[in-house]
Amino acid sequence: MCLALPALVVALLDDDHATVDLDGIQKRVSIALTPDAGVGDYVIVHVGYAIGMLDPHEAQQTLDLFAELAESQMPVEPRPVT
Amino acid sequence: MKFIDEFRDGTLAARIAARLAAEVETGRDYRFMEFCGGHTHAIARYGITDLLPTQVRMIHGPGCPVCVLPIGRIDQAIRLALTRDVMLCTYGDVMRVPASDGLSLQRAKGRGADIRMVYSAADALELARLHPERDVVFLAIGFETTTPPTALVVRQASLEGLGNFSVLCNHVLTPSAIAHILHSPDADLAGEQTASIDGFIGPAHVSIVIGYAPYEAFAHDYRKPVVIAGFEPLDVMQSILMLVRQVNQGRFEVENEFTRAVSRHGNQAAQAIIDEVLERRATFEWRGLGDVPHSALQIREPYAAFDAEKKYALDFSSVADHRQCDCGAILRGVKQPTDCRLFATVCTPENPMGSCMVSSEGACAAHYSYGRFRDIPVVSTPEPASTPATATTPAQTA
Ligand code: SF4
Repeated sequence: MCLALPALVVALLDDDHATVDLDGIQKRVSIALTPDAGVGDYVIVHVGYAIGMLDPHEAQQTLDLFAELAESQMPVEPRPVT
Repeated sequence: MKFIDEFRDGTLAARIAARLAAEVETGRDYRFMEFCGGHTHAIARYGITDLLPTQVRMIHGPGCPVCVLPIGRIDQAIRLALTRDVMLCTYGDVMRVPASDGLSLQRAKGRGADIRMVYSAADALELARLHPERDVVFLAIGFETTTPPTALVVRQASLEGLGNFSVLCNHVLTPSAIAHILHSPDADLAGEQTASIDGFIGPAHVSIVIGYAPYEAFAHDYRKPVVIAGFEPLDVMQSILMLVRQVNQGRFEVENEFTRAVSRHGNQAAQAIIDEVLERRATFEWRGLGDVPHSALQIREPYAAFDAEKKYALDFSSVADHRQCDCGAILRGVKQPTDCRLFATVCTPENPMGSCMVSSEGACAAHYSYGRFRDIPVVSTPEPASTPATATTPAQTA
């Protein structure tokens, strides 16, 4: 129901629309809800509408946090698969 | 896919699992509710339950839009489609939700009703433009994620003067539902208690729209930690760790794990259009939760011409669920899918008896598709399986 995916804006179109790239597939979506979106930005697309922007810098910071956690901790015993 | 695959790394998931195992305190239980069906789906699909220490228990919440729609609302749409000669458009998941008299929208279509599945609210509007001779009704459902597109098409229809278009608005609000669950932890809701909960995993895509500020009041008032989390497995693992830390430290704050998409105040443009077109209903019935005050939206007076409830003078009557279906208790977090006698026997995704078996975000459907085989004891030790959190098929739900 609430499928939403990050997509790259590749072109701005008329009527508050844009072409986005979803893993190689180009789609026309509405950017009426993300008026600041421009070419090169990532938006989160839900039922044909960009509902928000994705901040690549914040995404990297979250990933760094996971990586830090991975490095700083003791080696992990593989858990038995039940 | 960028910004998805990185958040599904199985090795990192195992590291976070080890951290969790090290930090949970013995002799203490942690009961966390994941509000969203999107999280329920991720937890089942990536086998996250298997990565958690035994003291941590995840409880499914009511955040599956198809699941919480009560039978009476589907009946209303079916009646409209069968008796008023309208073209009724809605999202695919709604089509198979069981309603009264053994009907669903799909079955009503088989009886000759003109019911169309659309991908987007804009598609419903386009059908109204293409068929000026027909009355087109868009059955709109969903949480705050799905609401702004509905508001946009109502405003657009008004601008274009599209007199043959209207919306049957069933949009519901997340914070009201969480507050309702917290408000009556010991009260008797429809004859059964709600689950006691130590903290919440807060919605991902809903929070993109509304921000995380709306959760601050109840985190404080009810002294429950909330962590807003993305829908990928690493997001879920990390947010469970953040919840465990809050519980251990006696904190009850709103924390944001999904910083790449969620801000404190959310998407202002989206909130503005919702506010222009829609307003809160005094009360709305949820499946499982009953009547919840101020928990849903209706179309404002200036746009009344596009409100299907007014246009067709529809009234709502409450209808009880199938007697043996435990969806209500599951949506309140007091039962699990396997507690239901119909689960995986009479009730399957191909032939759902209740709404929780319809959408992939529903607790019963998620457990049927991904979790069911864990219930069967393994006799011989299999080859070490790859960590469940490494699947890379793109799918993300809210
Ligand atoms: S298994 Fe089917 S009948 Fe049982 S609670 Fe789930 S949806 Fe309802």
